[in-house]
Amino acid sequence: MHVVVCVKQIPDPAAPAALKPDTRTLDRSGKLILDDSDSYGVEMALQLAGNVEGSEVILVSMAPGGETSGLRTALAMGASKAILVSDDALAGSDALSTAKVLAAAIRRAEPDLVIAATESTDGYTGTVPVQIAELLDMPSVTFAKRVTTDGSTVTVERQTEAGYDDVESPMPVVVTVTAGVVEPRYPSFKGIMAAKTKPVDVLSLADLGLDPAQVGGAGARQEMVDVADAESRGAGEIVVDDGDGAQRIVAFLEQLKVI
Amino acid sequence: MDAAELDEILRTVRAFVRDRVVPLEAQIDREDEVPVVIRDAAKEMGLFGFAIPEAYGGLGLTMTEECRLVFELGYTTPALRSLFGSNNGIAGHVLLEGATDAQRQRWLPRIATGEVVAAFALTEPEAGSDPSGLSTAARRDGDGWVIDGAKRYITNAPVADVLMVFARTGGPGAGGISAFMVPADAPGLRVAPKDAKMGQGGAWTADVTFDAVHVGPEALVGGDGGVGRGWSTAMRCLAHGRIHIAALCVGMAGRLVDETVAYARARRQSGRPIGAFQLVQGMVADSVTDLHAGRAVVLDAARAYDEGSDRRVAPSVAKYFASEMVGRVADRAVQVHGGAGYMRGMAVERFYRDARLFRIYEGTSQIQQLIIARNVIGDAARG
Repeated sequence: MHVVVCVKQIPDPAAPAALKPDTRTLDRSGKLILDDSDSYGVEMALQLAGNVEGSEVILVSMAPGGETSGLRTALAMGASKAILVSDDALAGSDALSTAKVLAAAIRRAEPDLVIAATESTDGYTGTVPVQIAELLDMPSVTFAKRVTTDGSTVTVERQTEAGYDDVESPMPVVVTVTAGVVEPRYPSFKGIMAAKTKPVDVLSLADLGLDPAQVGGAGARQEMVDVADAESRGAGEIVVDDGDGAQRIVAFLEQLKVI
Repeated sequence: MDAAELDEILRTVRAFVRDRVVPLEAQIDREDEVPVVIRDAAKEMGLFGFAIPEAYGGLGLTMTEECRLVFELGYTTPALRSLFGSNNGIAGHVLLEGATDAQRQRWLPRIATGEVVAAFALTEPEAGSDPSGLSTAARRDGDGWVIDGAKRYITNAPVADVLMVFARTGGPGAGGISAFMVPADAPGLRVAPKDAKMGQGGAWTADVTFDAVHVGPEALVGGDGGVGRGWSTAMRCLAHGRIHIAALCVGMAGRLVDETVAYARARRQSGRPIGAFQLVQGMVADSVTDLHAGRAVVLDAARAYDEGSDRRVAPSVAKYFASEMVGRVADRAVQVHGGAGYMRGMAVERFYRDARLFRIYEGTSQIQQLIIARNVIGDAARG
């Protein structure tokens, strides 16, 4: 079974982020790390692959400058190889052009199962995985909180507002997993050392047979026209307890639908 | 190791320490036990063998690389580092410094994975700061040895599978000491109940007694050539261990500075954050300065150790300065916290107790002073 995991490499969220003044997109020129959201997908893929003999986990990523730092983290966790698409013409990509590129790369890995995070930590569009499924003509199951497979069918518990749906799908299929569904393993030191010798196939748009006019900034149908500071939060409401404090807290929580 | 690999290792350890261990610190102190899941995770990660050469299944970090790793480990309870400190440090290094290759092949791969926990048994009730006067004795018995005596405050003794035991095989003084690898289940070896300590809950120490403990010839570290070489082996292990402990102190000081700064920003008095008061600022500045100085001293000692240019004075300088430094930083952290800093449940209160040990073990500050001064003054220091 070939399990492909879409892995995004993002600027370290612990470091201050900057937007490029011309495109108003995130500056990705510094060192990139594995998006924490994707560590759940990698873990899920490793667990599923471990249960079906002869399986391997293949990473697919798109990043500028041939960046592999984040991929190495996922390889250290146990993935066997990676495909990285890196091409200057990809600067300014929107969600759909990203999906086109990733879909082309994923196709080369002949996947039985494609796993992605529900959304990335830096972009938050949450649309790329389903676009990939559409482009690959595969079914997609989103918001998975539990996934099992026998190698030909996936069974998914799909998170809903009220609880979860039991979903079964034939493979190949795209599944998006929510954060926290599994406990991502820490790479072992041996895994980190081994990761440097694992194959990373770095491909250009030409290698994938994609037309630069259809992807990247040139093919993007989405443009960032303006960026504004978020409104600062107003002061909260101060409730003076006149003996009905508890009831008012309950009413407030009910209003938020948390109880 | 290339820089990218080391960065990845440091980032992994940092995440493990901060995400998994820090939330359990108070529990570890209160229950005097590191949870098995943490021990297992440390084992799987490879933390039991980072200082053991790759040829024996470890990571083979240089002293400088090890210090950077230990800076990360020091950010949480020292009980974490203590789990695998003796395997990587003084006990594992007894084999690296003094053993035959066959002995290393037999033990080090299992020590590197954590399958075997090794302890270092040098200190005795009447031989602490100057262990050259130790009285535990090993006498020949056929082609093997019989050991009698007692050891004190032996780290990891309650969980050890093998102990590196220093015993007298010859005359008085340093030249009469040899090192033995003694299985913890050897008949006559008894580990006392673990010690109740001021701090460092979860890091276990205990007395160990030897009552006619028989070991075979293979137990003598260094084989036949190891007779009388125990002292020099122990001293070389301690030089490495002192830089390691100094790095641990720097890691803890980093945590204490973070706790101090966070509190100075968040705690309000008279309508202002306490960080707005200049006398509080003074304490914060002193601790930040101490931390920077400590890190520099430790990395410089590590560089000299790796070069082989100084394995005598610099390790003692680093250990002396860093252990005293973290004591000052912990004291200021409590002071900035005021009354809250004296309360159980506050991290700085716990670290204040934990830090006190660093000025005592692996050679007291006073012993480090003697080593430093005697080495630089030379013969004149002995009158």
